[in-house]
Amino acid sequence: MSTETIAIEKVRKPLFTAKDRKLITDPLNDDNPITVQVLGICSALAVTVQVKPALFMCLGLTFVVAMGNFVISLIRNLIPSRVRIIVQLVVVAALVTVVDQALKAYAYDVSKELSVFVGLIITNCIVMGRLEAFALANKPGPSVLDGIGNGLGYSLILVAVAAVRELLGSGSILGFPIIGQWALDLGYKHNGLFVLPPMALIMVGIIIWIQRSKNQKLIEAN
Amino acid sequence: MVNKESNSYTLIFSAVLVVLVGVLLTVVFEITNAPYEKSVEMEKRQNILSAALGKSLTREEADEQFDKFIKQSKVYKADGAEVVGIDAFNLDLAKEMKKPEAEQMYPMFIFQDGSTTRYILGMRGTGLWGPIWGYIAIESDLNSVYYAIFDHKGETPGLGAEIKQAIFQDQFALSKGKKIYQESEFRGVFVEKKGKTPETSEGYKHVVNGISGGTITSDGVNNMLQKYLKAFDAFIKKSGLLSTAQQANLTSNVVIP
Repeated sequence: MSTETIAIEKVRKPLFTAKDRKLITDPLNDDNPITVQVLGICSALAVTVQVKPALFMCLGLTFVVAMGNFVISLIRNLIPSRVRIIVQLVVVAALVTVVDQALKAYAYDVSKELSVFVGLIITNCIVMGRLEAFALANKPGPSVLDGIGNGLGYSLILVAVAAVRELLGSGSILGFPIIGQWALDLGYKHNGLFVLPPMALIMVGIIIWIQRSKNQKLIEAN
Repeated sequence: MVNKESNSYTLIFSAVLVVLVGVLLTVVFEITNAPYEKSVEMEKRQNILSAALGKSLTREEADEQFDKFIKQSKVYKADGAEVVGIDAFNLDLAKEMKKPEAEQMYPMFIFQDGSTTRYILGMRGTGLWGPIWGYIAIESDLNSVYYAIFDHKGETPGLGAEIKQAIFQDQFALSKGKKIYQESEFRGVFVEKKGKTPETSEGYKHVVNGISGGTITSDGVNNMLQKYLKAFDAFIKKSGLLSTAQQANLTSNVVIP
């Protein structure tokens, strides 16, 4: 009897259902954490001067959101609702500290590259936002997928903004010069405004504009 | 079924969670601290030797070669008086910075390779978000800057954090001709907004360009350089090192202060 049920279960439930896939793909566009949920804007301003630090931030954040979602989802039925925010904060802070310590001890160079970012992840609104909105009400499996999806959606925007800012602000991508000396000799100048934080906000605004003009679902009905 | 919303459950849950997390973090710290401190020490050797050689070495290379090149070190105070019996390598500049100005101690390492001698000053200062530190190597004429290495705890990547990149550090290379004395007057090396001092002027020998968008970090580097070079100036004058160097330079016909 029981073997039969398991067999049916297996047929009915592939590794990734369409719903699971949506958890990953939705945050990339329709439910993007930065452009639609408007979370994590602070780090989008701070770490997008160059692509490399932005990539490290994305990796760190994706890991922490996925792990945080997993842990909170596991203990979701034990958490008293009055102190749930504090519990989320403790879990996230503990996770981030463990990651930070492990990096310092076993990947010293990477930890230097990341410097303050690891600590900054704790304060990223996406982490708390997803814990509150998803992990508290869903099973661990989908919660991990939701974390990865939101991490990727965040990464997409961050890397796009960083690429434009590094290219126009410093003439390079990932530190490799793209706009060569010949262009500078012809009178081209790097745009210093792109190095400064306001340009990140304007870039995010432009991305939201493009996204809304293409994606009919996001246009609010009046 | 336990009432999850009762006060006692909430208190017990919180207490258990905090204790668990506390134990977890303590265990993690105990395991990871030793390898971390070893890396920090190796990095210090790496920074000192990289400044002295003007090229970046790996931590492992620096660890092997350190004792071969750096045989001597000195510790002195801001007035130039040498302090005997303190190991320059283990001098904790973070602690020194908390002392009153006159009691602070300054470390200097002496690099020796055959007849080549260079003096490497350990430095520490304050950036925008936290401490910054560095090592500046001075040639045996006690005037020309040979190279400098900078590092930081948590400056903004792409902005203040650029002080540790070659693009900033290379401004201190010997070929750039940076000097700490103008005629025989002490001036030091300043970090300024690009273009403030014209590149053709005499003053440009004492100026490197700051980082756009990283003004507070650049100012921190500037203050740090001034403080430690001034103490170095006091030390070499008081210890007679400067007059010895001048003698040597007179015979070799190089015009130095």
